[in-house]
Amino acid sequence: MSNFWTTFKGNKGAVVGLVILAIVLLASIFAPMLYTTSPWDMVNMPFMAPGVDSSVPLGTDTLGRDIASGLAHGAYISLLVGFVSTIVSLCIGIPLGAAAGYFGGWVDDVLMRITEFFQVIPSFAFAIVLVAIFEPSITSMIVAIAVVSWPPVARLLRGEVMSLKHREFIEAAELSGQSGFTIITRQILPNTISPVIVLASMMVATAILTESALSFMGLGDPNVMSWGYIIGAGRTVLQQAWWISFFPGVAILLTVLAFNLIGEGLNDALNPRLAKRRG
Amino acid sequence: MLSTTAMRRAAIAAACSIAATSGMAQETPVKGGRLDLVVQPEPTSLMIGITTNGPSLLVGGSIYEGLLRYDENLEPMPSLAKSWEISEDGLTYTFHLQEGVTFSDGEPFTSKDVVFTMKDFLMETKSKWRAIMEPVADVTAPDDTTVVVTMKEPFGPFIRSLSYNVAPMVPAHVYEGTEYATNPANDTPIGTGPYVLAEWKRGSYIELDANPNYWREGLPYLDDVVYHVVPDAASRATAFETRVVSVLPGGSVENFDIPRLAAEEGVCTTEKGWEYNAPLSWMWINNRTAPMDNKKFRQAIMYAMNREMMLKVLWNGYGKVATGPITSTIPFYDAVEPTYEYNPEKAKELLEEIGYDGKELRLLPLPYGETWQRWAEVVKQNLKAVGIPVEIESTDVAGWNQKTSQWDYDLAFTYLYENGDPAIGVARNYISSQIALGNPFNNVEGYSNPKVDELFAKAATAPSDEERQAAYTEVQKILQEDVPVAWLTELSFPTLYDCSVQGLVSTANGIGNSLGETWIKK
Repeated sequence: MSNFWTTFKGNKGAVVGLVILAIVLLASIFAPMLYTTSPWDMVNMPFMAPGVDSSVPLGTDTLGRDIASGLAHGAYISLLVGFVSTIVSLCIGIPLGAAAGYFGGWVDDVLMRITEFFQVIPSFAFAIVLVAIFEPSITSMIVAIAVVSWPPVARLLRGEVMSLKHREFIEAAELSGQSGFTIITRQILPNTISPVIVLASMMVATAILTESALSFMGLGDPNVMSWGYIIGAGRTVLQQAWWISFFPGVAILLTVLAFNLIGEGLNDALNPRLAKRRG
Repeated sequence: MLSTTAMRRAAIAAACSIAATSGMAQETPVKGGRLDLVVQPEPTSLMIGITTNGPSLLVGGSIYEGLLRYDENLEPMPSLAKSWEISEDGLTYTFHLQEGVTFSDGEPFTSKDVVFTMKDFLMETKSKWRAIMEPVADVTAPDDTTVVVTMKEPFGPFIRSLSYNVAPMVPAHVYEGTEYATNPANDTPIGTGPYVLAEWKRGSYIELDANPNYWREGLPYLDDVVYHVVPDAASRATAFETRVVSVLPGGSVENFDIPRLAAEEGVCTTEKGWEYNAPLSWMWINNRTAPMDNKKFRQAIMYAMNREMMLKVLWNGYGKVATGPITSTIPFYDAVEPTYEYNPEKAKELLEEIGYDGKELRLLPLPYGETWQRWAEVVKQNLKAVGIPVEIESTDVAGWNQKTSQWDYDLAFTYLYENGDPAIGVARNYISSQIALGNPFNNVEGYSNPKVDELFAKAATAPSDEERQAAYTEVQKILQEDVPVAWLTELSFPTLYDCSVQGLVSTANGIGNSLGETWIKK
């Protein structure tokens, strides 16, 4: 563990990413305390530029709603959607990939054809269709993002499992009479965990981007203040009020960057040989 | 910042209107030129005897004409009818048609076409027309240029039902004996109007050319009119700034963009041209279910809403807060009590009084763009402030139609046209005979009051305007007390145009009915 932390620290970018993520996490936890009123409340004049009134440091939107409050409340939604949808897609991708890789043969064929079916549809277009079919809400967005993002997980797991399958310790487990299920869960999965963690941190970033893009297009939950929503609502007034779209845009950029940097760091820390070779 | 823009806008608008009036007095129109404007969204058809949504009427109004046109006070003006008489008892209308009018295919326009349009064509294609023809006994053509309409009972609103958008005159020789809806001529519209369809490049533009045989001497002034199809609001604004188009008809850019565009040099604005439609926005309140079945709850909704603020912030002050069911610009409006000012305390009291349990309401926004979505968000906050929790539902046009027509909503945004007379555009929203499952318009809220039914019926057929006024005044009082729907604002869709464009709006129907007299100053 200490070795992991030393390597992770060695990657400057990863530390920066961690700091940004910590800030976003704190914002999402403390938003209800910092901004006690709803982010939908019209608290000031519409189109207030940032810095003009200290009560609304980042300005107000077209209706006079506080952008800073929207950002703080939106942080929670972005993280929620990012994490939950990633967990859901791991729950789909890991069992499918593991089963395909371990059993091979027709099981592999069937599962991989299904995976390919999901992979050939452009994922964002697919997500739009899914959200439009179910009514837009946080749940439907999470489901849609999970459904479009699990195939890479399945692919990765299948490859990992296939390479592990012929190792001696697996053969030993087989000879000792353990069932396929036990072997996968007890012997194989623990050994695939590092690449999955790295992949997952990147997936969180993608999920946050997808959520923002859906909200930007007006397919988000209309009762939830999210970063993508603020940008979408501010898009038409970009010429008069750049700040409405700018600040949430920066928030998305930094958060997504943070997850990517952390992913890199994790990759270095969890695959030390790879990192050394690269370094 | 806001107020300076507003002042600048007002100053420029004033300057423009002075320029426009003095210009009209001194300068004579010049012929020639091309007018570029925007149509949003792209019409599905230009045959406005069948397709009657806004974009179709905007373009089709330059191709088809009605018997009459209306000025800004909704007084009838000659169009295809040169003059008309109404008998003392209000039972006989005699119309004298213009002479020497031809359709764009060269065939003459006669009283036969009028009779065919009124008695056959529109009866089949438009349910609204069938309602107008209810009190009509017969339409006859004693000679080629005379049409006589006889009534079963007096029906004052009839004289305001003959505009191009309600009753466009269609050629009998093309449609008689055919399946109207599938007639191939629908794609190549044949009318008597100042322009004819030259080219329609789907997804891109619709081009009309001047009708060389137009019956009004010396008109139209323009050579061509091109309606550009630009699907994105921000791009439409840019197209106007770069003068790819020189006219933005009302509603074609986001409200937030209007002050910015209007403040530019050489840009004129007008709010005229919507007097006939008189669009009024409101929220359907589903009167069928608790707690909305209680009139005190509905009154509380009215008191809870800060409609002044909505008008100022969402519509940049264009329009007017509605007092009740009839728009203040159409005949028989009366400023009666009760009216509802912003008073959240009163709303809370009313909710307290009826023992409202805090049941959450669903709110269906109108899927017509940013402004409407923001509007729903404001209403949600207003209602939340008095203790009514609201959940906004996501929807598209099909979903909105489905939910309102199946009465599957609590509150739903809408706006409807009043069509020049309360008997035509207002009554339908409140009388019990118009409660019909499956129709997203008319009495969707399910309000039913025999007294109101009786008064609207009386007002429509009363022989004199005084009697009609008395009935409408009374019905407004009752409705404003009962709050069957939550009236929001009388909408105004300002038209933005380059100041070189003259005579853009000359009727109560706006650009759709005026381009024959439009010209461009060189």
